Amino acid sequence: MDNTTRYQRLLERYRNGDLDRRTFLTLLGAASLTAGLTGAPLKGLQRQAMAATPESVRFDGWGGVVSEAFRKHAFDPYTEKTGIKVVDGTFGSGDEYLNRVKAGQEGEYNIFHASGVFDYARYVNLGYDVVLNEANIPNLKYVMSALMTPFRGVTGGKLSAAPYDYGTTGLAYNTEKISKQEMEDKGAKILIDPKYKGKIGGWGDWRTRIWYGALATDQNPNNIQDMDAVWDAIRAHRDLALKYWGSGAELMSLLAEGEIYVTEGWSGRIAALQQQGHPIAYYDAPNSYAWQECLMVLKGSPLEACEELLNFMLEPSVSIAVAEGQNYPPSLDPTKVDLGEKIPTLPAFDPTGKLANLTFADPAYWNGNEAEWSKKFGRVQKGY
Amino acid sequence: MAAVAADADAPGPRPWLLMSPALTAVVLLLAVPLCFILVYSFWLRTAAGGEQVGFFLDNWAEVLSDEFYRDILFQTLRIAGLSTVVCILLGYIPAYFIARSTTRHKAALILLLMLPFWISYIIRTMSWINILGVSGALNVFLLWTGIISEPLQILYNEATVILGLVHFLLPFMILNIYVSIDGIDTNLADAARSLGATGWQTFREVTLPLSMPGLAAGSLLCFVLGAGTYITPMILGGPRNAMFANLVFEAIITQLNWPLGSALSLVLLVVLGAVVVVYTRYAGIGQLAKSFK
Repeated sequence: MDNTTRYQRLLERYRNGDLDRRTFLTLLGAASLTAGLTGAPLKGLQRQAMAATPESVRFDGWGGVVSEAFRKHAFDPYTEKTGIKVVDGTFGSGDEYLNRVKAGQEGEYNIFHASGVFDYARYVNLGYDVVLNEANIPNLKYVMSALMTPFRGVTGGKLSAAPYDYGTTGLAYNTEKISKQEMEDKGAKILIDPKYKGKIGGWGDWRTRIWYGALATDQNPNNIQDMDAVWDAIRAHRDLALKYWGSGAELMSLLAEGEIYVTEGWSGRIAALQQQGHPIAYYDAPNSYAWQECLMVLKGSPLEACEELLNFMLEPSVSIAVAEGQNYPPSLDPTKVDLGEKIPTLPAFDPTGKLANLTFADPAYWNGNEAEWSKKFGRVQKGY
Repeated sequence: MAAVAADADAPGPRPWLLMSPALTAVVLLLAVPLCFILVYSFWLRTAAGGEQVGFFLDNWAEVLSDEFYRDILFQTLRIAGLSTVVCILLGYIPAYFIARSTTRHKAALILLLMLPFWISYIIRTMSWINILGVSGALNVFLLWTGIISEPLQILYNEATVILGLVHFLLPFMILNIYVSIDGIDTNLADAARSLGATGWQTFREVTLPLSMPGLAAGSLLCFVLGAGTYITPMILGGPRNAMFANLVFEAIITQLNWPLGSALSLVLLVVLGAVVVVYTRYAGIGQLAKSFK
């Protein structure tokens, strides 16, 4: 007997005079408490959640220039053609957004700009994925196969997302303090070089720290054999680092202000610093951390409306405008689409469309270790 | 007869009716969410990041037995305590000055005290980067005057976390002390002086004891607010300057471990609640009300 039936029976007994009001309320309260302790209300809310109305689709992204480009080149033309409004939201980190989706109701969130295949896999593992009808997204034909294959691997050959852009988290350094030769000689080991104590930075993200710990100890980040050595490298980096940065804005500020001379950093942010004239260079060491972002559709969303919006967002003119705004190469295959002049100059850009030189995180390997490693990193980060 | 008189004196349902909006808000926005957090703390995180519903004591066993959490908790209490002490030392004098000031611009002085609240707490905290950073105003000035030849590394340590907290908490302290001092009858100080007390003795024997309710209320507020913050150590702290609320943030947001995060947040709530209980035991919760009279 489910809770709804149970409450209806209680109400019926009350109305029939079998229960006085106080007993009815007491039983109702007890039932609510029991349901609360077993988590039933939350699950119940999820079951009863309503899909977004066909009049609107919600998109959540990183905000800033990317959001503006989407609004101008995709959302407004989409609304004009279909009459469906796009509700545009932003988030600060992928982790924060996942918490929002988890706390929200099915259908409340529709499409979002996800980072990494591992992120996609997390949503799939939590049951938030859908199966897209690719026939409704003809612009997928412009997207590199190399970017779609990993997503298909997670969702049994189907897609719940359209790949959108890619980049690397490579080494960024101040060219007035560190030479190109030194950077190439030391690679990831420069992040644990005592010579730069107090002038080293790093993203306070467990995946990135472990990835670079693996590189600093000459290991394959997708198949680490000596985890103790990696933790030691992370501790060494922690003791030499001035600060763990937590956002792209903070990364740019620390490098631009000269607070730090070297850190790993997001290729697009470093390109933005270079365009602003700062003496910051970017170096992708062997096995540098590559990632790809996608536009993921979440369970409970109005599928056809979302598919049509994805098609608008994958339109080459839109995709190129967004890519130029955020300084990350688009997922469009450069052998099929003319990407203009700026994109080929961006860090991590691969003109072959094969991405054979980039190393992406293996989602099964990283998500399989997520619970243990993220927790342990939280302690190591704080001096343990 | 006595019973009838007691019934006549009874306030009736009106106070409850008047309080019902506030009570409803407290129940719905505080008590009910707290119950959910309590329930969550007995669940477990699944490998995928979901929750295993049930009654498990694993999170509590971990939180209460692991010295990592204990150490960060003590560090949090120490930082909050130091920040509160600094707030007392820095806050009393301006509060005394405003309260005893006879200038017609007294309202403007109080307004100035409120001014920081008009700016986002995060922006206020980040402003220290532009002041104390390697390229910040202080270093630029010291370099320009020739006092130093290389920029000083001032930011991202415990001292700057305390500085950020003091910046955030000081108005709360000053306002509490100000209200308390402002309520002290100035004739008492005059009487003490007329009886031969020096200015210092008058302050020590009359003004300070009578302003203790405000001082205590301000200290309690500053301590509790300081101990619960996570933004300041995140922006102005280094790798080792985390506070307990950062652990809650990481457990819930980064590790997607809502059950553990719930247990951690309840520990912080209980510890800070214990501080309030101790305060009530020694200062009396009525002192809080006195400071606003």
